[in-house]
Amino acid sequence: MQQIVQVKGLTKQFKNLTAVNDLSFSVNEGDVYGFLGQNGAGKSTSIRMMLTLIEPTSGQIELFGMDLARNRREILRNVGAVIEKPDVYKYLSAYENLELFARLSGIKPTKKLLMDQLEMVGLAARANDRVKTFSQGMKQRLGIGIALVHNPQLIVLDEPTNGLDPQGIADIRNLILHLSRDLKKTIVVSSHLLSEIEQVATRVLIIDKGRKLVEGNATELFDPAQTIVELQTMDNVFALEQLKASPWSTYLQAQRNSAILLKLNRTEIPALHTALAAMQIQLLSLQPRHSLEDYFLQITSGNQHVDTYTN
Amino acid sequence: MWTLIQIELYKIFRRPRTYIAFIAVAALITIIQFGLKVDGKSYADFLMKDIGGTMEIDGNIINGYLICYIMLQLLLVHVPLLVALIAADMISGEANMGTLRLLISKPFSRTELLLAKFFASTVYTLLLLVWLAILALFLSMWIFGTGDMFLMKSSYVVLLSENDVFWRYAGAFVFAALAMVTVAALGFFLSIFAENSIGPIVATMSVIVFFTILSTLNIPIFNALKPYLFTTHMISWKEFFDIQVNDANEAIVGSIQNPQKIVNSALVLIIHIIGFVGGSIWIFNKKDVLS
Amino acid sequence: MRIFFFVIALLISYTSVQAQDMTALVTKVKAKLDQVNDYEADGNMKTDVSFIKAPIGKVKVYFKKPNKFRLKKEGGISLLPKGGVSVNMSTIITTSDFVALAAGEAVIDGFKTKIVKLLPTNEASEIVITTLYIDEPNLLVRKAITTTKENGTYEMQMSYGAFANFGLPQKVVFSFNTKDYKLPKGITLEFDDNEKPLSEAQKLKNKKGRVEITYSNYIVNKGIADSFFK
Repeated sequence: MQQIVQVKGLTKQFKNLTAVNDLSFSVNEGDVYGFLGQNGAGKSTSIRMMLTLIEPTSGQIELFGMDLARNRREILRNVGAVIEKPDVYKYLSAYENLELFARLSGIKPTKKLLMDQLEMVGLAARANDRVKTFSQGMKQRLGIGIALVHNPQLIVLDEPTNGLDPQGIADIRNLILHLSRDLKKTIVVSSHLLSEIEQVATRVLIIDKGRKLVEGNATELFDPAQTIVELQTMDNVFALEQLKASPWSTYLQAQRNSAILLKLNRTEIPALHTALAAMQIQLLSLQPRHSLEDYFLQITSGNQHVDTYTN
Repeated sequence: MWTLIQIELYKIFRRPRTYIAFIAVAALITIIQFGLKVDGKSYADFLMKDIGGTMEIDGNIINGYLICYIMLQLLLVHVPLLVALIAADMISGEANMGTLRLLISKPFSRTELLLAKFFASTVYTLLLLVWLAILALFLSMWIFGTGDMFLMKSSYVVLLSENDVFWRYAGAFVFAALAMVTVAALGFFLSIFAENSIGPIVATMSVIVFFTILSTLNIPIFNALKPYLFTTHMISWKEFFDIQVNDANEAIVGSIQNPQKIVNSALVLIIHIIGFVGGSIWIFNKKDVLS
Repeated sequence: MRIFFFVIALLISYTSVQAQDMTALVTKVKAKLDQVNDYEADGNMKTDVSFIKAPIGKVKVYFKKPNKFRLKKEGGISLLPKGGVSVNMSTIITTSDFVALAAGEAVIDGFKTKIVKLLPTNEASEIVITTLYIDEPNLLVRKAITTTKENGTYEMQMSYGAFANFGLPQKVVFSFNTKDYKLPKGITLEFDDNEKPLSEAQKLKNKKGRVEITYSNYIVNKGIADSFFK
């Protein structure tokens, strides 16, 4: 399997701030690579460095096996991107924007190609309307259309669901899955929301304060065997006593935020439920999360230093 | 590169803002023409009063040639604003709109992008001057006719024969184009530093107004500065309308009093253009795009 | 004071003795000029005034008795001494009410001339005094100096060619005094302050202005409509 992106020791220093610190990762052909981190963790800076918007302080970026700094033109011809907000020329129509960026990407688009592309992102009916009149979701879809119009091998989507309503988010998700499964594109998608990445990513990278925390396959990171269940009860002291005395004690984890945590396989949740009832524990809520989500919540809410998580 | 230039031109001429300049120029010129058509006589009398002490001007001095000169004198102070409106927006406007990110991530170098953008601003500037020439010169020639051109300088007057004027306008417009491209280069240079277009437009105009005031004031300490201000050189187009005289004080048809001055000023402007554009490319290539 | 009056009285008495003679001469010159009812001519006009930069221009001049005069320059604009060029010989001598006084003799362009001072008797006349240098054998005015009330003093020097028998000159040189010319740089929008080259600066100091017209192609007495001069 070919490595589409290979980043080694990437660092970006802005005056007093180290936005990206010795970051290394790689994206394989066909991956939907989820790039996860809080706002300000360094996702955007990394993505901008991959697109030559920002010059790295040190480190190396290779795309398609070529050095980005040296083969910029060749590489970028094969990359499509939506960087943060999908801003396009508001005084031009969707069709005109698409045509303009297609030509900038080095192709000579036919009318059919452009209309097909607009069809794919669901904007064919609005092709000749000025972008000024578009909703955020429509702009986002146009942005993706622009990223795809020159049929690039690698697609980079930086926070593609920002500012979208639930329907818009779902649309983008489906589009990513379509691109990956049906068109066999390699996709790097960043987000600060795990739930978005979880549903589409095949590999995941989590960064915080510019450093890599986790990199791994989604199947492993979202392993159902690693489910964390958070219990809220009427009387946690009583509940804890009961659980410690039961066979479930081996699953018990540290208590956090006045909740009881258990780590178990997702399939065991019904049995736990029954057992809790049998132990006469008065349950307020039972929330299952996989361990990565739990971990992600810790770094995003706690902000305390966490050692690199490995699974 | 050609694609880039085409696209930049396409963007310029699809924007409503671009046409503001053309409409503004047309409005200003037709108003002045209308005014002179209606009240040209009293304007001419006013002009002639000063020389009237000993000499008499016979004939109609308010012809198309003089009117064009008057308008160039007036408008070349305002046209920089219209040039800045586009040139100072070339980079900052894209940054403001958010399209700069996408543009930079496309497969061509930043140098190419800047050159294409500067070329497009130059085309716009030149078209604006062609428009100015059509209205200020050709339309005036059509409305007011042609004839000898009578000009009053601060210490002498110049009378140019009818057939000795047009080529001077050709030269003057070429020079004015150079001056306006210098303004475009300045605006362009300032536009790489900002993420909104108002800043660089205002900054460009401020620099021009400030320098022009320094150029105009006749204060000894500033006089030493004048040769180094590009605004001083921007008005050298007027040199085309000064004629040489021979020992018998006869004007030599087809001559220019001070051709060296035109050449020098042109060189100063060209150096400014190269400096501004070169500086833009140098700085922009090192700039991190964070917009 | 008494001596002064005496000198004046002497002068008046001396000149009045010769006055009659000169009137006859002037009348003869006038009679010669009176042959011309109208004329038109092509000319080249050269303006030499310190503060004017003008090329040699082609002009057409038109005249009709008694005092209609028009100068048309190709290209439309001509710079002329105020009230000067239209003061031509005929208009000067047309005035019939004058006193002609002899004032000696002089040689102009190699021609011996009689100096005649013409004083208009009409108080309202624009001309204060005219001095004519008359070439008596040819009945041609070689030089005239006219002092006007409004426009200062003009000197006209004339040379004659083919149309000498009509009294029409081939070349007329007007000389006159000019005033200073200066406009603020703020009005002319001249920013630069570089001084003129020295030779030019000297030229500008020369306060004597000259306008030369060299005539050719006289068309005499072919009739010109009055309306043409309006």
